[in-house]
Amino acid sequence: MKKVHVQTTVNGEETEFLCEPRQSLLEVLRDVVGYTGTKEGCLTGDCGACSVILDGRPTDSCLVLGVEAEGKDITTVEGLADGDTLHPLQKKFLEHAALQCGICTPGFLVTSKALLDRNPNPTEHEIRYALAGNLCRCTGYDKIVRAVQDAAAEMQGR
Amino acid sequence: MHELNYEAPTSLDQAISVLAAAGENGRMLAGGTDLIIQMRAGVRQPGQVIDAKKIPELQALSFDAQSGLQLGAARACCEIIADATVQQHYPGLAEAAALIGSDQILARASVGGNVCNGSPAADTTPALIALGAVCQIAGPNGTREVAVEDFVTAPGQTVLAPNELLVAFQIPAPQGQVSDCYQRFIPRNEMDIAVVGVGSCVALDGDTCTTARIGLGAVAARPLLAKEAGDSLVGKTLDDAAIEAAAQLAQQAASPISDMRGTAEFRTHLVGVLTRRTLKEAAARARAR
Repeated sequence: MKKVHVQTTVNGEETEFLCEPRQSLLEVLRDVVGYTGTKEGCLTGDCGACSVILDGRPTDSCLVLGVEAEGKDITTVEGLADGDTLHPLQKKFLEHAALQCGICTPGFLVTSKALLDRNPNPTEHEIRYALAGNLCRCTGYDKIVRAVQDAAAEMQGR
Repeated sequence: MHELNYEAPTSLDQAISVLAAAGENGRMLAGGTDLIIQMRAGVRQPGQVIDAKKIPELQALSFDAQSGLQLGAARACCEIIADATVQQHYPGLAEAAALIGSDQILARASVGGNVCNGSPAADTTPALIALGAVCQIAGPNGTREVAVEDFVTAPGQTVLAPNELLVAFQIPAPQGQVSDCYQRFIPRNEMDIAVVGVGSCVALDGDTCTTARIGLGAVAARPLLAKEAGDSLVGKTLDDAAIEAAAQLAQQAASPISDMRGTAEFRTHLVGVLTRRTLKEAAARARAR
């Protein structure tokens, strides 16, 4: 199958790749561009493990074709930290032990970042709804919600 | 996933040409939240996928006090539910669109895609039926219009010919005291498929109902307009007796099946409950306008 040339921005860097039209953005990010932080989970848009931020919105990259990324701005979990300095969300996930096996964590971090970008001071209810598209089978969610609340507080200087 | 070609036309004419060339092999791609899953499962295997999102007419979201809302078929739900005009004039549509899935899904999914996917349990279809929305369809022979209640013909099937696409919905402008409401039953807070969904829209003149439309989801092979139920309210005060009579007519219009989400008996019960609740809420909203 003929490959298509796609130009996009990933984590602030102009990126170009060749992909088959049938390849998902998830597949392209992991296997072509090399951002393996984004995880494959259900491949049906239920679990959120493959979440990335696409033009400011949290999106399941398993439900986007790589070719649809033309001209888009993408943030993966690799785009959260600033060099060796973790993003407050990453720091708080560690402090609150908001992960066990870790497979869902990149998706939760990316979705939480998209939430805080839009709503820097969310209520617990808003956090739980915003994270409803991310499944975690280890933590019971409570530690994740506390970590997001704490990160929001720190980012607000509270 | 099977091999496919991808085109992203930037005009309606281009899209119609690509669709015509593809014949039975073409499929429009809006948000992809149904189609990509179906392609991965091998349920649909279009050789030509045509991205609908770069066509201006399919991204319309504009309101006119006379002609109403022009809603492009590929417009993402996250933008529809955040739109102040939609929230003000079509709160039931906003409610239905907000229920389609998680934030990740709402970022991509469209109302047009929800309807074209043809699920009997689609949330936005009963809401659109209640509003009297019309589907604007384009093809090589020009355009045509089909009422939303006539658009889906069977599970996964619509009136669209292989060379036609859904361009937009035209939703009438509310004139006077008109409002709508959509509710569904699921056994949890969100992230589920409707066991039953009901959309109601009522117009009032003082205390008297002048028109009422009730759309039903997940209670037949396709979403339904419960016409007799809505018509029964015309000329009446929307008191408990009138609403109960309409709810019973809506139950008679439903022909649900029993499946893992609920029995036919339970679904029929839910039609009554949700018809009453959505009529009362739509009426309260109409009075407040």
